[in-house]
Amino acid sequence: MSKPRVAIFDFACCEGCQLQIVNLEEEILDLINLVDVVEWREAMSEQSHDYDIAIIEGSITRPEDEKRVLLIRSRAKILIALGACAATGGVNKLKNNFDMKEVRQCVYGKDADLPHLDTYPTKAVDEIVEVDYKIHGCPIENSEFARVIRALLLGKRPMVPDYPVCVECKAKENVCRWEYGETCLGPIIRAGCGARCPTAGFRCFGCRGYVDNPNVEAAREVMAKYNLTEEDLKTRMVLFGSKQGPTL
Amino acid sequence: MSKNISINVHHITRVEGHGNIVVNVKNGTIEQCQWQVPEAPRFFEAMVRGRRFDDIQTIVSRICGICSISHSFAAIKAVEDALGLEITEQADKLRLLLHYSEIMQSHTLHVGYLVSPDLFGEKSVVPLVSKAPEIVKKIIKIHRVANQWSELLAGRITHPITVIPGGFSMIPSEQQLKDLKKQLEEIVPDLAAVCEAVLSVADKFPAFERETEYISLKQDNPPLYALFHGDITSTDCNGDGPVPVREWERVANEYVTPQSTAKWTRWHRDAFAVGALARFNNNAELLSPLAKKVADMFGLKKGNCNPFMNSVAQLAECAFVVENAIQTIDALLSKGLKQEKVKVSPRAGRGSGCVEAPRGILFHTYEFNKNGECVAANICIPTNQNHANIQKDFEKFVPEFMHLGEDGLRHGMEMLVRAYDPCISCSTHMLNVTFVK
Repeated sequence: MSKPRVAIFDFACCEGCQLQIVNLEEEILDLINLVDVVEWREAMSEQSHDYDIAIIEGSITRPEDEKRVLLIRSRAKILIALGACAATGGVNKLKNNFDMKEVRQCVYGKDADLPHLDTYPTKAVDEIVEVDYKIHGCPIENSEFARVIRALLLGKRPMVPDYPVCVECKAKENVCRWEYGETCLGPIIRAGCGARCPTAGFRCFGCRGYVDNPNVEAAREVMAKYNLTEEDLKTRMVLFGSKQGPTL
Repeated sequence: MSKNISINVHHITRVEGHGNIVVNVKNGTIEQCQWQVPEAPRFFEAMVRGRRFDDIQTIVSRICGICSISHSFAAIKAVEDALGLEITEQADKLRLLLHYSEIMQSHTLHVGYLVSPDLFGEKSVVPLVSKAPEIVKKIIKIHRVANQWSELLAGRITHPITVIPGGFSMIPSEQQLKDLKKQLEEIVPDLAAVCEAVLSVADKFPAFERETEYISLKQDNPPLYALFHGDITSTDCNGDGPVPVREWERVANEYVTPQSTAKWTRWHRDAFAVGALARFNNNAELLSPLAKKVADMFGLKKGNCNPFMNSVAQLAECAFVVENAIQTIDALLSKGLKQEKVKVSPRAGRGSGCVEAPRGILFHTYEFNKNGECVAANICIPTNQNHANIQKDFEKFVPEFMHLGEDGLRHGMEMLVRAYDPCISCSTHMLNVTFVK
C-alpha cells in the first residue's frame, strides 16, 4: 500500500497548532515515515495539489480564503480541522460580537476602508465545507493529533471525547475551581485535554468548545450553589464560545 | 548577467505566517521590488474590548503560537502597570526563567528547523534527518528540553496557563527545578555541537551589509543582557537616555507612507531592525562567557550590520539563556520556593508592558475602566517593526545580488526574510502590509 499523502494548510490563526505537531519532537520522525507529507508551508518548501488527507488550521475570515478552502476540499479525500480556530472559530469569533466596520475602524483608523483590510465575521471550517474530523483545543494536544493520524492510517474512526472537562478534572483529584470562587467552564466544555488548566491552577475557559449536549441546567445549579450569576458564566463563555453553543 | 528577472514568491515557506516577494527587473533596471504581507488580519485590539483584566493574557497569548509566552508577559506587565500591582522577587525570577525557555525553543526552531535547510542546501529539515542525523537529533533534543522547560513553568508549551496578574497560578517544586537545572547542564555540549555544525556552513550566509538602526531593551539596574526588563534603547541614541516603556509609541512612530497603504515604523531613520542582532548590537558586553565564545567563533562583533547574522546572534543568546537560567535556578533554590497567594482587585487605569520576544521588542498597552474591563488596547509587534527594514534591505540586496540570476536571487531574498525570523501572524494582528514601490 502506498503511503497516504498529507498536506497541511493554515488560515487566520497563530499557527500554534502546527507548532504542536513539531513539538512531537522525536516521535514526529516515526510519524513522518508512515505518511508522505507533500505540503507544509511553515516547515517545507515543497508544494503539491495531490493529497489524500488535508489538515486545515485557522479560521476563515475573507472571501479569498473561502475559495481556497473549497479548492482544498475538492482535492482531499479526508479533511481534518486542526485546533480551535478551524474546529469552532476559537478566539477569532470574539470579533463577531462587534460590527465589522467598527472593528476595522478601531484597528486601522482612517485607513479602515482600504479593500485589502476587508474582513467578514469569523467562520469555522465546517461553516463552509464538510469536515471529516475535528481536533479540538487551543492549542491542540499533540498526543491527540498523533492518535487521530494513527487511527486514520489503520482505517479506524478516531474517538473524540464527548463528555465534559469535569470528568477528567475529577480523575486528576483537583480541587474544584468553583471552590476558589472562580467561574470555571468545566461542566459544559468538551474534555480531551486532561483538564490541563484546572490542573495548573486556572479555570477552564472553554478552548475545546462545548460538548454536543451541554448540561446547562447542571451548570446553573452549580452557579447557584456558589452564588454566581449567569452573567458571570456568559462573560467567560465569550472567550472561545462567542455566537455558538448553548444560549443561557 | 541576466537582464530580465521576474520573481513572484507567493507565500514564502519556512516562516511563520504568509509573506510574498515580488521582483521585476527589465533590461537590468529594477521596476518592482516588494515585500508583501497578505496574512488575514485578526483584529485583536478590537476583540479585547469589554473583556476583563484577568482574561486579557488568555486572549492575546493567541496572537502568536511561537511567541505566546512573550505576548503573555507583555500583556501581564501592562495589566499590572495599569492596576498598580507589584510582584514578588520569587515570581519575577520564575517569570524570567519561563521567558528564557521561549527564547530557547523559538531560536532552536528558527535556526535548527527553518534556517539550516538553506545552509545545507535542502528544502526542509526532513531530508536533513538522513543527511546529518546526529545533528538533527541534537537539535530535536534541545528543542524538546526547551519545550519541557516551558511546560514545567507555564503548564503548557504554547499559550501559558499559569501566568496571572500578580504572580503565578501554580509554581514548580524545588525538585522539579533541580531536575531542570540538570537537563540544562546536559544540553550545553549539544548546543556547542550545533554551533560547530552551523559554523561549518557559515559561508552560505551571504556577505551583505546595510547600515541599520537597531532597537532593543537595555537593562542597567542591575546590568543584565536585556530580554525581560529594561528601557528602550537604540544604536542611534548617541548618549541620549533610554526611553521608558510607557513611552514606546514615540519610539515605534507608526506612520503611513505615500508609497504604502499600511503603517511602517521609524525612529531616527527611515527604518529600524529589532531582534537578536539588535539586542547583541546594544548589549553584547553583557553576554555570558559561553555566549561570548559562540559570537567569537563566528567573528560576530558589536556593530555588525549583516541581517543574516541574526541567526548567529540567536545561537549566542541560546548559550546565554542556558547559562543565566542555571544561575537563576540556583538563586531561587538558595531562598527556597514558597506558595504565594495572589489577590487582585480591579481599578481604572492605563498601563504598558514590554519584553524582548525571540524576534524582537514587543509592546502592549491597555486601558481599563473601574470594573477592570478593557476599553482600549494598542499592541506593537517585532515583525511589524522589521517589515520596513526588510523592504530597505531588499532595495540594496537586489542590485548587489542580481548577478546570481533569478533562482539565486530568489533564494537569497527568501533567506533574507527568514533571517529576520518573521512572525507574520503576529504582525497582522493589526496590519496587512503592501509595499508598493
